[in-house]
Parts: sequence; C-alpha cells; structure tokens
Amino acid sequence: MPTDAAITPSTLSQRDLPWQIHWDVKTCTLCGRCTAVCPVNAIELGTFRKRNIVVPFVGGREKPTSNFGVYHGIRQRTDPGYACIGCSMCNLVCPNNSIAAIKSESMDMLRFHRDRGGQPRTRGGRRNRGDSVLDQMKFMRISMLTDPALDAGRHEFELRTLLGRVLPPAKALASWKANGWTPPVREIHPLMIGSMSFGALSPNMWEGLQMGVAYLNEELGMPVRICTGEGGCPPRLLRSRFLKYVILQIASGYFGWDEIIHALPEMKEDPCAVEIKYGQGAKPGDGGLLQWHKVNKLIAAIRGVPPGVSLPSPPTHQTKYSIEEAVAKMIQSMSMAWGFRVPVYPKISASSTSLAVLNNLTRNPYASGLAIDGEDGGTGAAYNVSMDHMGHPIASNLRDCYLNLVKLGQQNELPLIAGGGAGKNGNLAANAAALIMLGASVVQIGKYIMQAGAGCLGTEGDRCNICNIGRCPKGITSQDPRLYRRLDPEKVAERVVDVYVGFDTEIRKILAPLGRSTSLPIGMSDALGIADKAVADRLAIKYAV
Amino acid sequence: MCRLFSLTSTSCISPMKAIEALDMMKEGHDGSGVGLFLSSLEGPFSRYKGLPILSGIFTRDGFKRMEEYMAELGFTPRFQLTLDTTGNPPPGTPRREIYLIQVFDPPEDFKSLEQVLQERKLTGIRLHLRHMGQEKEDMVVFSFWPDVITIKEVGDPLETGQYLGLDREELCARQILAQGRQNTNYGINLYACHPFFIQGVSSMTNGENTAFVPIKEYLSTQGVVGYEGYQSDSEVFTHILHFTLKEMGLGIEAYKHIITPLQDSDLEAHPDREFLQRLKQACRRLIIDGPNCVIGCLPDKTMFMVQDRKKLRPGIVGGRPGLYAFSSEACGLDAVIPDRDKSLDFQPMHLDTAIVSPECKEVRICRQTQPLPLQH
Ligand code: SF4
Ligand code: SF4
Repeated sequence: MPTDAAITPSTLSQRDLPWQIHWDVKTCTLCGRCTAVCPVNAIELGTFRKRNIVVPFVGGREKPTSNFGVYHGIRQRTDPGYACIGCSMCNLVCPNNSIAAIKSESMDMLRFHRDRGGQPRTRGGRRNRGDSVLDQMKFMRISMLTDPALDAGRHEFELRTLLGRVLPPAKALASWKANGWTPPVREIHPLMIGSMSFGALSPNMWEGLQMGVAYLNEELGMPVRICTGEGGCPPRLLRSRFLKYVILQIASGYFGWDEIIHALPEMKEDPCAVEIKYGQGAKPGDGGLLQWHKVNKLIAAIRGVPPGVSLPSPPTHQTKYSIEEAVAKMIQSMSMAWGFRVPVYPKISASSTSLAVLNNLTRNPYASGLAIDGEDGGTGAAYNVSMDHMGHPIASNLRDCYLNLVKLGQQNELPLIAGGGAGKNGNLAANAAALIMLGASVVQIGKYIMQAGAGCLGTEGDRCNICNIGRCPKGITSQDPRLYRRLDPEKVAERVVDVYVGFDTEIRKILAPLGRSTSLPIGMSDALGIADKAVADRLAIKYAV
Repeated sequence: MCRLFSLTSTSCISPMKAIEALDMMKEGHDGSGVGLFLSSLEGPFSRYKGLPILSGIFTRDGFKRMEEYMAELGFTPRFQLTLDTTGNPPPGTPRREIYLIQVFDPPEDFKSLEQVLQERKLTGIRLHLRHMGQEKEDMVVFSFWPDVITIKEVGDPLETGQYLGLDREELCARQILAQGRQNTNYGINLYACHPFFIQGVSSMTNGENTAFVPIKEYLSTQGVVGYEGYQSDSEVFTHILHFTLKEMGLGIEAYKHIITPLQDSDLEAHPDREFLQRLKQACRRLIIDGPNCVIGCLPDKTMFMVQDRKKLRPGIVGGRPGLYAFSSEACGLDAVIPDRDKSLDFQPMHLDTAIVSPECKEVRICRQTQPLPLQH
C-alpha cells in the first residue's frame, strides 16, 4: 500500500479477516479456476512487483545488480464486502492444491465492519457455536444382569413413531365402537426432514431430497417424511401419489397456498400432515425471509409473487390476534380443508412460552402435535444477531414440555417433534436418541441432511453460510442454474438413502444394549446420564462422572 | 433370573406344592424371596366368600393401628389366621411379629355401593394401610380382596415356606401363583416381590421390563386408584392387565396385543386389523420391552402365560384335565404333575397367550395372528 493511500476505518489487512488465503506461487499454474469459482469474489488475479537480484559469475569483477519485474498470482481482497467466507471451493477446484483458506487463529476485525450502509450482517446457516448438550449425553442403562443382549443386526426392531393425536385408550375404543371420528395418526420414521422451502433450496436439491424420500418409502419400506417449508410445493408433486410422504407447511406469508388450494380437488393422496409455522429456532420471533437474489421466475410462480423482490413473511399470522386464536382457527381450517383426515400441528421456536402453547394444544382436540425448534436450528436467511443470540436450547424446552404432558397423563398423546441441533457435530443418531429419550416422538433435521446429503460446506465455525444470497457454491441453496447444475439430484437421493440406512443401524446399536426393540423409547429418561450435575438436575436424568 | 410356578386345579392344593416346584428350579434363583398368590380358597375361608381378606405383615403396634383404622371404617373382623413360625427364621429372613390373614365384614353402606365403587374402596383401604405402614414401618399390606391371600417374605422359598408352616389346610387353594425371587435391579423390599395384585388381577414375571419408566409415568397419571408406589419394573404388567380388563373392558386375548403388538406386516393380514391398529396406536405407551415371561390370574380365576415379543425367557405349560401348571422350566412341572402327558406340554412363543380357564379342561392357545373374540 502506498504510504499516502487513504486509510478508512474499515480498511482491513488480510490478518484482520477471519479467513486467510494461502497461495503458493511455486505450484500455481494461473489457470484461474479459483477466481472463477469463488462465490464472493474474495480473490482476484493480482499483479505483484518483485525485485530480482542478478549475481554475476563467481570470481568475476562485476558487482551484483538488481532490477524490478512483475509476476502474476492470486490476491485476497480485504474489502469487507468481499471477505473470504472460507468455503474452500478454490481449494476444491485447484488442480495443484496451490490455494487454501485458513481460519485465522486470532479474533477477526471484520465483525466490526459488517454493517455497511447501516445494514447489519445477514446470512444463512447456523448459530456458530460448536457446544452441544446432546453430544455430552451418554446412554447408561445397559442391561448386564438379566438381559441376553439384543442383537442390533439380527433382531427385529420397531422404530416407528406416531404423528398425530393419539386418543387415550378407553376413548379410542369408544370412538371405534361408535364408528366416530378419530384424529388422524400417521405411523412414520422418527427422523423427519424438517422444513426447507422450495426457494430456500435449489430445485435440484429439492428434487434430490424428494427422490431420496420416495426411494426410502417405496423401495426400503422406511416411512420417512419431509416437510416443504413455507414456499409451496411444485404442482406436479401436489398431484402425485408421492404427496403422502410430504408435510405441507403453511406460514404467515401463505406462500404457495394458492397453488395448493387449487390442487386440492386433483390430489390423489392426502399429504402426510400440515405444519403451521409460528416460529423457528434459528430466528425466533422473525418471519421467513427469501432475499430477492433467489426469487426467480419459477419460485415466483410457485409462490404466487412477482420475481426479483425480497419475500419476507411477517413474524405473525396477520389475520389473527393471539396465538391461541391463531392456533385454534388455523388448525381447524387446515383440518377442514382435508376433511379432518390430515394431522395438523403447529411449529414454534423453543421459548420459555412453549409450555403455554402446549397447554393450549392439549385442550384442542384437532391439534395433532407440537413441533419445537431449538436455537441450534438452521435457516436460509436471517440477521446474524437473531441467529446467534435469540432462542432457547431444545433439550430443556423439550423436557419441560414432555414432563408437563406426563403430569397431565397425556404423554405421547400429543407428539412432541423436536428439532434444532440434532447432529450439529455429526452425531446424528446419538443426538436423536437422546432427544427421543427426553420425550420427543419425532426428531427434525435440516442442516444435517444438507451437509450429509448434498455436501453443504457450512460449519459451526462460520464457514460459508451464504445461503441467503443465492450464491451457494454447492448449488444447494441457489436459484442460479449455473450453480445448481453442480448438484446432481440422483446423487443427493443416494446420499439421503445412505444417511437413513446408516442412521437406522446406529440407532439399533444404541437401543439394543438398552434392551429396547419393541417400541421407540420415548421418554426413557432412565437411560440417560451426563457428567454435569446442573444439567442432570435440570433435565431429570442421571448424573454420572 | 427369577423362577415362576403356578397351578390351577379343580381340587384344592397346598401352596407348598408350588414351592416344591420352585425348589426344583433352584439353580435359577438365588432364593432371595418368595411370593404367593392364593385364590379359590377352601377350608375356613370358603365360608366367607365375598368378604375381603387382608393379607400382610404387622408389628404389634401396626396391627393395633390397623384394627383401629378398620373399626373406624366400620369393617368388622371375622375369621383370622396368623402364620405360626417354627424355629429360627432361615438365613436372610427377618423375624416378624404377625403374619396376618384376616377376613373383614364391610359395613352396610359399603354393601349397597355399586361394584366398581366397592372395588375402588377396597383398593383405597389397602393403599391407605400401605401408606400408614410406610410411615411408621409397622405394617406391610399385600392384598385386601375377597377370596385372595397373598404371602411374601424374603429368604429361600422352601425354607421360608416351612418356617411359615404354609402346608396347612386353611391355605389350600385352587389357583396358586408362586415366585422364587432372583434379586436384581431393586433392593429387597417386600413390595418389590411378585406376584403383584390389584382388584382381583394378579401377575408375576420373570424378566426385566426395560420400558418401565415411561410406562410407570403413564400409568400413574391415568387417575386410576392403585397405580402408584412402583417398587418393581414388573408391577406395571399387573396394572396393564388391570387396565386392559377394567379400564378398557377387553379380554385376556387383547392383553398381548397391548403389551407386544403385532408388527405392521402381520397386522395387514389380520382379520381384525382396523381394531388392532387402533389398539396399537392408542396403547403404544403400554408396550413393554425387554425379556419377559408373564404368568397371571384374572378375576374370573383364568390363568395365563405370555412371552415378550422375542420370547427371550423360558416358560412351559402342561398338565392333565383337572390340574394344569405354568412353570419357568419343565422340571417344575415334573415335580408337581409327573403323571401328565408330556407330549402335550406347550411352550408359548412370541405370539401366544396360553390360557387355562378355572374348569381346567385344557390349555387354550390364543395366537396373536388369530381373530379376536367379538368386541362389543
Ligand atoms: S475459500 Fe471460498 S470464499 Fe474464500 S477465496 Fe476460496 S472460494 Fe473464495
Ligand atoms: S454450501 Fe450452500 S447451503 Fe451450505 S452453507 Fe454454503 S451456501 Fe449455505
């Protein structure tokens, strides 16, 4: 930098950035692939000045001289607007492994400058905290005395769960005898692919997930369900028999519901369920957000909006004035739309008010469950501050709700669907089992299936996480065909199948030693232990060191 | 592993017979306790058919407190039997003051109550006495019900039986459940000893119910009198059976469909699939898990055996018309009914409920894949 160049408050050095590009002059062939692939233009072709020393032959009279030359290479930009996001796509495409993004070991200065023009940072992704209470839990009640251990590979395991309101036994029988209405109940796989909208996800990603789910159901007999998120559902899927594997979400923007309502008379199958979104864990109290970058023609058509505009759904369902009313009315109208044959349940952000919502639902005969999304849930777009600081951890929230149902004698009558952080560090089966034993009937995943199913690069260490601007380098959350063609839907489907088959094996490896195989061990809290007294007391599980 | 033996007969039999069968299977239990359930009593108790019998262990103070409480409620003591111990208690058995079996005559206003209310009242009294006893540790109450005697004590079954002098005419019964206890998960507490009893329903188990905690949490919040104070993971089997019969109004054939329902592929092919699907969903919270063999006796004196979903425990039923026995092992059967046709012995498998009605004519096998009797 010339000595007289202007230094502004936001002038940063490479060292001030969270990710630093290490580029190797010796091996780089200047092919340009890295600069072409970089989703945020963080690197560019650089012309560097270099002083050459010319040393004459030894023993001669001439003195060494020097001259100046140039060489070309890769330069990392330091403008905050172009800061490297650490996605490492440059490394992925480099034929010579000449470039790498390395996370700075000291705190970056960039974070103080991410509000240019008064626009605080928005991003997609997760909370960026690696800690997880679920990871610390151990399954301790191993039967060593009276049990012949179950064989995870050989024995029969019943790993299904129920989605929908289950009547108390005597009532269920009475209603059966009287041929009366019984709330609809679906028997499903306990690991559900949570709501990620068509729009937030690229068409290829969506298609891949749907194909994977269809394969799991039709070829492997695993009743896996997937929720659409708020963004409607492609018209052909609405009219296909695969709709029964899909949970339609309705949220405050009602995006896509025109299309859904119109498709109603032509539906061959009922959807698995309807999820009414009141909140999500990643950004509680915030509505949905699809930034304009991603609203192309297709998305606009499915959602029933003009293209190229940002689509925020309001934080509240505007036509209702209280959650009780909203929940009651919406559940009723949604149930009515499908002749009371489809379970309808609300999804809320985990919060200290969850219990109040739950208590309301227990008294609503049409409510089919409650989905609670903890602070570790992911999102396609949100303000950084919402993601990092808002919300409630799932473990204690879920536990409180479950124990409240126990108090009412209604456990599993109203299934609790827990999400937010399951598998955040890769331990999906263990985390899901822990949630189930704390009281969840169903566990929802989102980020995990993006990482495992499509190779999403995001981590809790703030890597990538640009899902909001439509530049997803893996084509997962982009609406630009040049990007999403990178993602082969068939391969995504294969990975989804691998994930589920592997998950089932791991879950058996957990349940077999606990002596559980006849039913999903919902609320089997006696199996859980943790080496943290406060957590153990809070969750009413065992303390073990 | 615990060992179980039960018999049902048309003529009355001494409980020592069942204990001898337990002794034959001695390798299978550590002799840490014995429990007996006796019903269809002969002898003096048969003269008080219909009147509730209180079974328990008391200190002198406890006995007095119990008498006072019963008097307050207007229950008049009738026939009383105390077990006279002989010699020193066997190793491990504590010296107790009073082993009591006492008939009570309820007050007039009780007799005018509906049957359900009478039953609830009797259970309530038993629980009250239990709570009183737990407070001062001066009484342990096992059952309070017409035509039912329950005896439980820690120690080796045979030695304890002899010590308590169980081979007496007053204790002869036509239905007997006996368990030789292997102490496993829970400390030796008389309330943790099988067979468990509630309102005419009794059962005992060899095994471990790994789904105990969620089931216990569910049962104890259903507002049914008596679903409380769980000391053993097997106690919920008795209560689920009671729930099946009394709260849901179903028969024994439905019990297995509740504790270990069929898997979907089998349900699809079942003539009662719609009903069973409902039942499976509604009663999912009552599904048991782990290795378990359950033997029980119903209020109508029908005796049965069921196995867990994977049939991980031994169990055999056999006999001859007039006398049938359910046993953990065949040697137990041999000890009591050596003259039976062994080729007719039956080991219930994962779908079976073996049932012998009080007429003791035959062993009826009810397989889960068969149609259920009509539901009304
Ligand atoms: S790591 Fe990603 S953002 Fe950083 S320079 Fe490489 S491609 Fe660009
Ligand atoms: S790879 Fe795509 S989906 Fe994953 S964090 Fe980056 S932008 Fe988001």
